[in-house]
Amino acid sequence: MSARPRTLFDKLWDAHVVGEGEPPLLYIDLHLVHEVTSPQAFEGLRVAGRRVRRPERTVATIDHNVPTTDRSLPIVDDTARIQIEALRSNAREFGVTLHDVGTLEQGIVHVMGPEMGYTQPGMTVVCGDSHTSTHGAFGALAFGIGTSQVEHVLATQCLPMARPRTLEVRVDGALSPGVTAKDLILAIIAEIGVDGGRGHVIEYTGEAVRRLSMEERMTVCNMSIEAGARAGMIAPDDTTFAWLEGRPMAPAGEAWTAAVERWRGLATDEGARYDRTVRVDASRVAPMVTWGTTPATAVPVMGRVPAVPEGGPEREAALRALEYMGLEAGTPVESVEIDRVFIGSCTNGRLDDLRAAAAVIRAAGGRVHPRVGAMVVPGSTRVKAQAEAEGLDRVFTDAGFEWRESGCSMCLGMNPDVLAPGERCASTSNRNFEGRQGRNGRTHLVSPAMAAAAALNGRFVDVRTITGDAGVPAGRA
Amino acid sequence: MEAVREVNGIVAALDRADVDTDQIIPKQFLKRIERTGYGRFLFHDWRTRGDGTPDPDFVLNRPPWNEARILVAGRNFGCGSSREHAAWALRDFGIGAVVAPSLADIFRSNCVQTGIVPVVLPEAAVVGLLERAGRAEAGAPLRARVDLETMQVTLEGGEHHPFDLDPHARRRLMEGLDDIALTLEREAEIAAYEALTPRGAPAAPG
Repeated sequence: MSARPRTLFDKLWDAHVVGEGEPPLLYIDLHLVHEVTSPQAFEGLRVAGRRVRRPERTVATIDHNVPTTDRSLPIVDDTARIQIEALRSNAREFGVTLHDVGTLEQGIVHVMGPEMGYTQPGMTVVCGDSHTSTHGAFGALAFGIGTSQVEHVLATQCLPMARPRTLEVRVDGALSPGVTAKDLILAIIAEIGVDGGRGHVIEYTGEAVRRLSMEERMTVCNMSIEAGARAGMIAPDDTTFAWLEGRPMAPAGEAWTAAVERWRGLATDEGARYDRTVRVDASRVAPMVTWGTTPATAVPVMGRVPAVPEGGPEREAALRALEYMGLEAGTPVESVEIDRVFIGSCTNGRLDDLRAAAAVIRAAGGRVHPRVGAMVVPGSTRVKAQAEAEGLDRVFTDAGFEWRESGCSMCLGMNPDVLAPGERCASTSNRNFEGRQGRNGRTHLVSPAMAAAAALNGRFVDVRTITGDAGVPAGRA
Repeated sequence: MEAVREVNGIVAALDRADVDTDQIIPKQFLKRIERTGYGRFLFHDWRTRGDGTPDPDFVLNRPPWNEARILVAGRNFGCGSSREHAAWALRDFGIGAVVAPSLADIFRSNCVQTGIVPVVLPEAAVVGLLERAGRAEAGAPLRARVDLETMQVTLEGGEHHPFDLDPHARRRLMEGLDDIALTLEREAEIAAYEALTPRGAPAAPG
């Protein structure tokens, strides 16, 4: 008799539970560390006289605080500088690899990890950062943790944890030309809500997901947390293996062949049960723009800011969001004028994202709208170098974009890259919360292509009118 | 960590859903390398006006709610960023229990790590609590007791609501246990796991 059919999540969970005690103890294969959520954890180890149990499974980089301007200059913000110095000295003291500023490897932790081949199928991956869900794109179980748990994993390489439930998000059909993974995940979050995934690990399945590139899968899994999910994952397949092969930390030679063989067995078995399933029709997804202050407020770019609900707490929330965003219900999205554009982040700061934005600029010609300040922040120093090798930096700078050094930058504005009060930004990042990009700043989440189109036009436009993708006449914008 | 058996005190109402951790503690206060001192930055952008002065209308600025021990809020409280600084800021301000129809996963775990009791009650009960706490006069704020022994929230006047909590989280809070020490007691199991399932060392070169 064959074993009970299991989901991808079941297989990873079962393979990582240590012993039989309660609560379940989950073994962590890869622990990524950055400067903001780790200093108190290392300090805790020091106070308790503990060591890092598996320094070789622990990798650090500097991303949140680092300025994206000239790196040869000293960091003006003392507190940021002290935090960065703390990570350097902690990495030395505890024997942890640090990909520091000034190396090709430095970058946003969720861009660097996959690009170096640290992230591999079948792994458990944690980081003191909610967007750790990104790594689930490789068929890893990857989730964000708090600083006390960072300390816990440093000390024990394990986490006590209750088993989450599973949610299948099945995306049938295919995305239309000009519609991206960012639009898809925004549409999914709009469908299930900002807490629709709470208590669950999402597995994205279906034809449309299988067709996504690795970069696109990372964009989708990255924003699982914006639906409240513990993690998001996609079963590894040939797309995964092709992307991973030859990366610095990926297995090589016979070990590679054996690993691929093992990874092929991770996919969800026929007949396995999820606790819940939600179905989405990819062909109905259009380029999306958020109008409000949660990522679930995405609407198609051809649409309007929705009507305010009649009553209840939803009405209060909508009125508050409209006031914060300086918008009125019924306003056509394409009439909304913007002041700033940010292209980057762990959601959309990879090479393919920069290529997509550059392609729009090439297709449209012209320059950044005179009112708009636009910046491109590559997700890692390696992405920056690769983009420059392809001449993408010139496409951006010739059109009037700023071309910056890598880091988290204006996604959360911990470094000097912030919005001024009232400024309206088309952003490829993941959160449009109040004040996220600067106090009283107004964030609209979009794809890199849509951000580029908005930069050139000074307002939102359906990018398909520029690229001439099916169904939308070119030149309409 | 200090053991928590009950949280007793004034209830402050924050009648909003989806309060994210960026609101609880904005990013500019995450650059410190300590675990303490975040209380004065709690809800900074809501508590202060543009010029940096306190907004007298915000509930946690108004006596007696500036001494609240229990915060009641709308659903999905603590969503977004994993920053434990959000729980540290609440704790540092004096909040010992957060009550909502639902709490975001990472935030809930951070609460337990920080010694804050995460209390999830049915939506209707929370709506009632928000109403009572929000309506109360400054001279007679609503008081409540969150009791981990009986697993009840008891309001002044006797109204009470049972709540659930993962038994391990409950024990950890009530006994003030060091989670890491507990896991280290399972060293033999961890070592056996590592010996039986050799994986490539991900951070080793090549």
